[in-house]
Amino acid sequence: MEPAEGTSRRSAFYETRTISRDVVVPEYPELGLIAFDSPNDPEPSVRVEGGRIVEIDGRGEAEFDLIDAFLAAHGINPAVAEEAMALDDLSFARMLCGHDVPRTEILRLVEGMTPAKVARILSLLSPLELMQAMAKMRARRTPSIQAHVTNRIDHPLLIAADAASAVALGFRELETTVPVLRDAPLVALALLIGSQVPAPGALTQCSVEEKTELELGLRGLTTYAETVSVYGTEQVFLDGDDTPWSKALLASSYASRGLKMRFTSGSGAEVLMGGAEGKSMLYLEARCVAITRAAGSQGTQNGGIDGINVTGSVPNGMREILAENVMATLYGLESCTGNDTQMSASDIRRTAHTLPLLLAGSDFLFSGFGSIPSYDNTFGASNFNAEDIDDYLMVQRDWGFEGVLRSQGDETLLPLRRRAAEACRAVLDELELMTFDDAELERVVTAHGSLDVSEHQTDETARAGDAIIEREITAVDVVRALSIRGFELEAERVLEMTRQRLFGDHLQTSAIFAEDMSVLSALTDPNDYAGPGTGYRPAPSRLDEMARVRQERSHVELLAEQAPHAGCVVLTETGPASVRPRPDEVVVGISPAFGVDVWLTLSGLTVGEALRQILAGIEEEGVAARVVRVTHSLDLGMIGWTAANLSGSGVALGIQGKGTALIHRADLPTLANLELLSMAPLIDASRYRLMGRNAARNARGEKPSPVLLPESGEPMGPRYHAKVVALINRESQCLRPGDPQEIEVTWPS
Amino acid sequence: MAELRYPLGQHNRADIRSQTGKSADELTVADIRNGTITADDAAVDPDTLRRQAEFAEQGGNPQLADNLRRGAELALFSDDDVLRFYDALRPGRSSVAELQGIAAELEAGGAERCAALVHEAIAHYSRRGLIS
Repeated sequence: MEPAEGTSRRSAFYETRTISRDVVVPEYPELGLIAFDSPNDPEPSVRVEGGRIVEIDGRGEAEFDLIDAFLAAHGINPAVAEEAMALDDLSFARMLCGHDVPRTEILRLVEGMTPAKVARILSLLSPLELMQAMAKMRARRTPSIQAHVTNRIDHPLLIAADAASAVALGFRELETTVPVLRDAPLVALALLIGSQVPAPGALTQCSVEEKTELELGLRGLTTYAETVSVYGTEQVFLDGDDTPWSKALLASSYASRGLKMRFTSGSGAEVLMGGAEGKSMLYLEARCVAITRAAGSQGTQNGGIDGINVTGSVPNGMREILAENVMATLYGLESCTGNDTQMSASDIRRTAHTLPLLLAGSDFLFSGFGSIPSYDNTFGASNFNAEDIDDYLMVQRDWGFEGVLRSQGDETLLPLRRRAAEACRAVLDELELMTFDDAELERVVTAHGSLDVSEHQTDETARAGDAIIEREITAVDVVRALSIRGFELEAERVLEMTRQRLFGDHLQTSAIFAEDMSVLSALTDPNDYAGPGTGYRPAPSRLDEMARVRQERSHVELLAEQAPHAGCVVLTETGPASVRPRPDEVVVGISPAFGVDVWLTLSGLTVGEALRQILAGIEEEGVAARVVRVTHSLDLGMIGWTAANLSGSGVALGIQGKGTALIHRADLPTLANLELLSMAPLIDASRYRLMGRNAARNARGEKPSPVLLPESGEPMGPRYHAKVVALINRESQCLRPGDPQEIEVTWPS
Repeated sequence: MAELRYPLGQHNRADIRSQTGKSADELTVADIRNGTITADDAAVDPDTLRRQAEFAEQGGNPQLADNLRRGAELALFSDDDVLRFYDALRPGRSSVAELQGIAAELEAGGAERCAALVHEAIAHYSRRGLIS
């Protein structure tokens, strides 16, 4: 089709790219569509009278909205406020990225700052400076990571098996949610069981409406809570069906049962709920994070949650997201840093969103890495999903940052998935909630996602969920059922999660349980990053684990495909090669290991077949051919040139064991050539034959059209270079000084 | 009483008791199976939460400490009460009088910090016209 008048094929092509599905907008401060520094943001200010905060960001206490009032009562420290607010913004911004002022001093000063002040300071930092601040200011030294474990049909056995997979991969918090609220107790129970199968101590959560979520926690069916949402304007806070006071009491309710809890917020939410009041996203988020600290939450999930696509639609949106994450750390909070909702249809763009944070490190690098296929993510697709795990592991390997995950093969995962599914099935049966047959269990064990299992009858999961609530089933009942059915290890581990409530150690900032059940928190494992050589560094054993990815192949594995083809052609040396006077010949120069240690070219043809095609092509043109081995060089130019100098016509064809081939002529410089086929993986039999014919025609003094490789956009390097290195190594092991050798070619019958 | 050090589960595993006086290691699978241990035996003791509040304060977070102290107060209330208190504080759920009733109930149960939070809420909800 012809392009429309005034347009190019290139711009039509651009329309087909995934990035063209992303719609972005100009800044529009009236709607809150502005990342930093809205003209409507207040000037930072504070006034302290008689030890009380009576003015925040230009508003006197008589005009305080609920958020201001709560911050005045519980948040901003009046003893520090005047000192902190008098600090120069730029000087303070520099303290965040440098190493002269310790983290604890920064935390002390931020206690006295207002939201407008904190937002203004963070707006001064470049992306790199935000990364530096993140590395310095996060609470826990050792990074961790959270997974989403959900499926679109709330299949409890699949939840349990996927929970086990997630923990085996390294996730330490698992978050689930349900499309049907009544399913929540069942799904929470399945998640709890599956989470303890590979190792003890992973925390689990079921994100539903606040009161239901609390109820699940009180029963011990979950071990932490996260969906405790706060907002940056009073109206949206109220529309979210809470106030700062109700949220504070909710936080205390979780504490009263020994349950870990964090708040959640994130830019874009106020815009989506139509109540941004014309303020910038970062300023509103500063109000959220300040409330989070004031209400006594140990941490927050923010930066790239449900509002990510709104933030992503405005200029500097991703810098704002990173600034939000840093902001949480400035308030001394556990930072569970988004990377949650998928922010783009473009793989490049969604990766670019996440990478800076991965390099900087965080308490939780993701607040929901989709450990299941995107279609099963009932939160909506995550920025990274099960489909991306291998990519993620490879990026982790490339950079050596602590991405917390490890590669696991089916030999590890399948037994764990089976155990989790069996344990869950046994508990559901013992508690008379649901039954599953063996065939379904098998489907669950090997499933990629819910499309691979049966859809149970409508309402069955909901009725099981109702029964858990009505019969007041708790974690203790789960322990009993596990034990009765012989799952003693899992019974003990679920019970240990219940026992931990007696201690409450995991209520402290940034607390997680390591796989040995030790507590890693801001108190036991405080971040001490202060430049090179300090802070968290992956141990050598961990770096080794990171290096083991599914795509890794040793030299031995890379070369294993060679041996079965040994002897596909017999190349016998008959003595030193001589120059022959006949002008109607082409000499074929082969490399040192060709048909000696290298038997298969990169395109999958044997060296015997490649040579047969070349010789046949020469013969078809009525030209004589002979074969010589060049032993003193593995360089293809030198091989071809050396052969050309032996050729009566002065024309030769050179080929390496990996299949790269060229046509050379004796009067050319060594590194020149007449024709070169450098992309060995793309050279098929017909092209070798054509190369032979072209060499022959050159020998006759003709100028044939060069052999063209097929069109391919595939990058050859990543796929073939490891093999190239291994094959070149074989060539170099066969190097020996001396003159080229005449070769007699025979084909095994 | 032994000196209590964070993390309690590591340093004071035997010293910490649930509200019913059980240590963690007395919560056994066997006793759960024979019914001598129930979910009530796994309730965190208010004093443990107060000790965690001190750790939080030493760690530089007085707000987290306040929250843990409010949690200590709520630890002695039933699940239903806790759910009801929270719900009452949400927008549009209660009148001034009803919230005052909740505050009184909290005070009667020794939950002074929580009661103070409710009184504060009454004042600000009223000032902002959310309740009457």
